[in-house]
Order: sequence, then structure tokens, then C-alpha cells
Amino acid sequence: MLRVAGLSAAYGDGPPVITGVDFTAEAGRIVALIGPNGGGKSTLLRAVRGEIALRTGVVEAPRAASVPQSDRSRLDFPVSAYDVALMGAYERTPWYRPIAHGDRVAATGALERVGLADRANALFGTLSGGQRQRVMIARALVQDAPLLLLDEPFAGVDARSGARIESLLLALRDEGRTILVATHDVNQARRFDRVLCIHGRQIAYGPPADALTAETLQQTYGGELIMLPGGAQAVAVDHHAH
Amino acid sequence: MSWLTDPFATGLQQRALLEVLLLGAACGPLGVWIASFRQAYAAESMAHAMLPGLVLASFAGVPLVAGAAGGVLLAAGLVGVAGRDERIGADTGVAIAVTGLFGAGTVLALASDAPARLQEVLFGDLLGAGDGDLVAAAGLAALIAAGLLAFHRRLALAAFDSASARGLGGDPGRAALVVLVLIALGTLVAVQGLGNLLVVALLVAPGAAALQLARRLVAALLVAAGLACAAGVAGLVASYHLDLAAGASVAGCAVALYAVSTIRSSATGGSGGAVSRSKASRWPISSKPVRTRSR
Repeated sequence: MLRVAGLSAAYGDGPPVITGVDFTAEAGRIVALIGPNGGGKSTLLRAVRGEIALRTGVVEAPRAASVPQSDRSRLDFPVSAYDVALMGAYERTPWYRPIAHGDRVAATGALERVGLADRANALFGTLSGGQRQRVMIARALVQDAPLLLLDEPFAGVDARSGARIESLLLALRDEGRTILVATHDVNQARRFDRVLCIHGRQIAYGPPADALTAETLQQTYGGELIMLPGGAQAVAVDHHAH
Repeated sequence: MSWLTDPFATGLQQRALLEVLLLGAACGPLGVWIASFRQAYAAESMAHAMLPGLVLASFAGVPLVAGAAGGVLLAAGLVGVAGRDERIGADTGVAIAVTGLFGAGTVLALASDAPARLQEVLFGDLLGAGDGDLVAAAGLAALIAAGLLAFHRRLALAAFDSASARGLGGDPGRAALVVLVLIALGTLVAVQGLGNLLVVALLVAPGAAALQLARRLVAALLVAAGLACAAGVAGLVASYHLDLAAGASVAGCAVALYAVSTIRSSATGGSGGAVSRSKASRWPISSKPVRTRSR
């Protein structure tokens, strides 16, 4: 279970990036975190991980495994997909011990689970964006944490990898893990259990039908929102530029 | 084979051989991390900035490695302070501190009553390695090897993915510090043989070359050690037959090996190394599609 109450967070002495975040995600729930760029999604994930000090509020979280955006890692570093997956076991391995046999088996199994068993020996930098993202998920699986935090795992990923990642997340949810996943895709968020809308503050939290209304989307995305004719479908236009 | 054995006929030459092998075993693998953490500038800065310590050691007649230790401590302190000045930026601050120290060292070394060892201080004296120098080099090399083994996984985490390293049991800040401390130790080991101008070649070139040749991390570390030792031996052989300065020959061989590996790597499209240089320089750019889907 993940409980966040009255959270506000800021970098250093700066103004709060997010305020008023209050939600509880039970075990076995997958929560979509949506909001515009700069709206505080990554900041909230960092606050849950305990990487930045909270201005106010509390976070009660079990041990968490994070899946970062794979384009943050070094593509010229000489590691294979298997090596990266195995990094999930580093924390529990003292420096003077070799990696346990069980952890090696777990790394192979995790790569199988994300559909990359045949690419285990491929160099990480030679994989496609979607494959790299799946290797990062395999690494989180080797960490075997009850809480998974994913920062836009669908960004820059082809449709097939995206669908694969989504069904994998649903399967992990069914194992009883709590999953918080930042996404830009409002329609994908509708398929998850809960949706958390933030834009500097919490706009809405609840089942998709309640949290994703025309009003909350307008508040979440403001001018970036385009309402499509012929229904209540709303689409966020992504002006993302790294 | 006499061309290979002749250069190592005397005890003096054999000690030089042992010295370059120790240097290669320690500095080669360290170079892989220097390249991975983008710390070549720090390595060069530290080596140059310890000149005052080296000159004072030669004034006092104590072993160079002792002066180098003092010089590196002073340099690290000043570089740390100068690097913190945000108005001019870390690089500029470090450059000012380093040239200041190098200048101070030169003034000392050129003083009229200075011992005539400036050349040794700047370019090293491989053939002048005494038993004490060898013992010191062996001890420091063992320390570096122990550090590389103990921190191997944490360095890999921080070098590969510093943003998530903390969640995986690493600490990017501490890993960077470990690399700096190891660079300081590596500089100490190598300064006797190569002097403070040439030491950087052995610290940086074999590691960078190995990253172009090897596909996996452990292989890169081993290849780097092999290349650095090969550069050492080749440098001594060349220096004997061509009557060249030993330290400069070793540094030249290290750089030549790097040049060869670069040519080989670009000729084969970089298939030898982890990722071709052209691909690595094409830094990953997120290509998020503009969303216009309706469902």
C-alpha cells in the first residue's frame, strides 16, 4: 500500500513544485499519474522515493523499485541487457560476495518475462527504446519490491513495446504489487484502476470514470487540452522537448 | 629475441620493468572509470597541480612520492574550493587553481639554489626507481586494486545510470569521490616513473582505448590493464633501442595504442567496442510523438 497525505515538495529553498497531494493506493492497484510537463509528476515520484525532502505531509511507502526513463542512462557504457537486469540484485549483495546464483536466475527470468530472453547478451546501447525500457522493468523485477514507480515508460516507445509493457504492468498488478505510473496518455489512464491528476497540486484522484472528467482534464492540462468533437474524449497535446 | 631481452639485462632495467607493470596494472583499469565518469580533466588537473609538492620534496631530499602526496592533498583542497565558485563555473575555477599551483611549482623549481631535478619531476625517471620507490608503488597499486574491487558494482551503477543509482544501493556523489581519490592514488604511483606531465597519458589513454575495444565492463578493465602494461614494456624497449627518454616513450606508446584502437574501432564501425562512437555521440533524444489519437 502507498499512502501520501498532505504532501508538498520543493527543490531546495524554491517554491513548492507540488502541493496538496493526498491519496492512498492499495496493494494490487495500478495508478496512472497524469499531468502536463512541469506539472510535478517526476517530482512526486522523487518525493515518494524519498529523494527530496518533503515541505509538508507524509509518505508511507513500502520498499520501492523505480523504472526511470531509459534515455537517462549511458548508452555507451559496456553492459548487456542481462548485466543491467542483474543490477537489481546489487543492493542486497555485499561488495565482497559474488552475485548469488538465485539472483542470476532471477535476472534471466525477468528478461524472459519482459520478452527479451533472446536479447540477454545484446549490449544495452544497441537495443531499441522500447527494449531498453523493458530491460529497466526487468531490473525492477529483480529488485522484487512491492511498490513499482515508473516515470513515463511509454514515452518514445513503439506501439508494440507499449502494449507489451502495459500488459506486463497489469500482470504485476494482479500479483498484488502497487504500481504508480506516470503517463501522457489519457486514454491509457482510463484502462488503469485509479487516476491521479496533478498540475502543481492534486486536481483529482479516483477511479478513471470519476477522476477523468472534462472539468478535471481542463484543470490538469489547461491550454494544452484539445476537446475532440463527438464525445467526451479529450487529448493532451504534448509539447515535450527534452 | 635479444632485442626484447637486452633492454632488461641489468637490475636497474628490471626494476624499471617491474615499475611499469605495477603502473599498468593499477592505472589501466582506473582509466576505464576515469573515461566513464568523464574525469580526465580532473586527472590532468591533479597531476599538474602537485608540482609544488614535488619540487619541495626534491628540495628536502625526500622521496618524490612523499612530496606528491602533499602536493595532491593541497591541489585537491584548492581545486575543491575553486570549483565551488559558481560565478565563474567549476572548470574555470579549477583551471585557475591548477595553473596557479603549476606556476608556483615552476618558480620554486627554477630558483637558483634548486636541486637539478626539475626534469625528473616533470618527466619522471623510470630507470631511477629504487627499492623504496618500488615498494611504495606496489603498496599504492594494491590499494587502487582493492578500491576498484570493493567499489566495482557501485561505480558501475553510478556510471551507467546515476539518476537511479541510489535506489539500487549506489550513491553517485560518493562514487565520483571514490574515483577522484583513486585518481589521486594513481597519480602518486605513476609520478616517480612518468613525472607530473606524462602521468596523465597512462591514466587516461589505455582506459579510453579499452572502452573502444571491449564489449563488456570486466573485459574492458582487463584489456585496459593489458594495454597499459604493454605500453610500459614497449616504451622501455623503444627507449633502449632508440635512445629515447623512458617515461616519454611509455607515454607515447600509450597514446599510440589509443590511436590504433580508435582507427580500428572506426574502421570496423565500432563493432568492437560497446557502441560505436558515432552512435554514442548521437546522444539519446526522447522522441515522444505528438498525441492526436482519439482513443
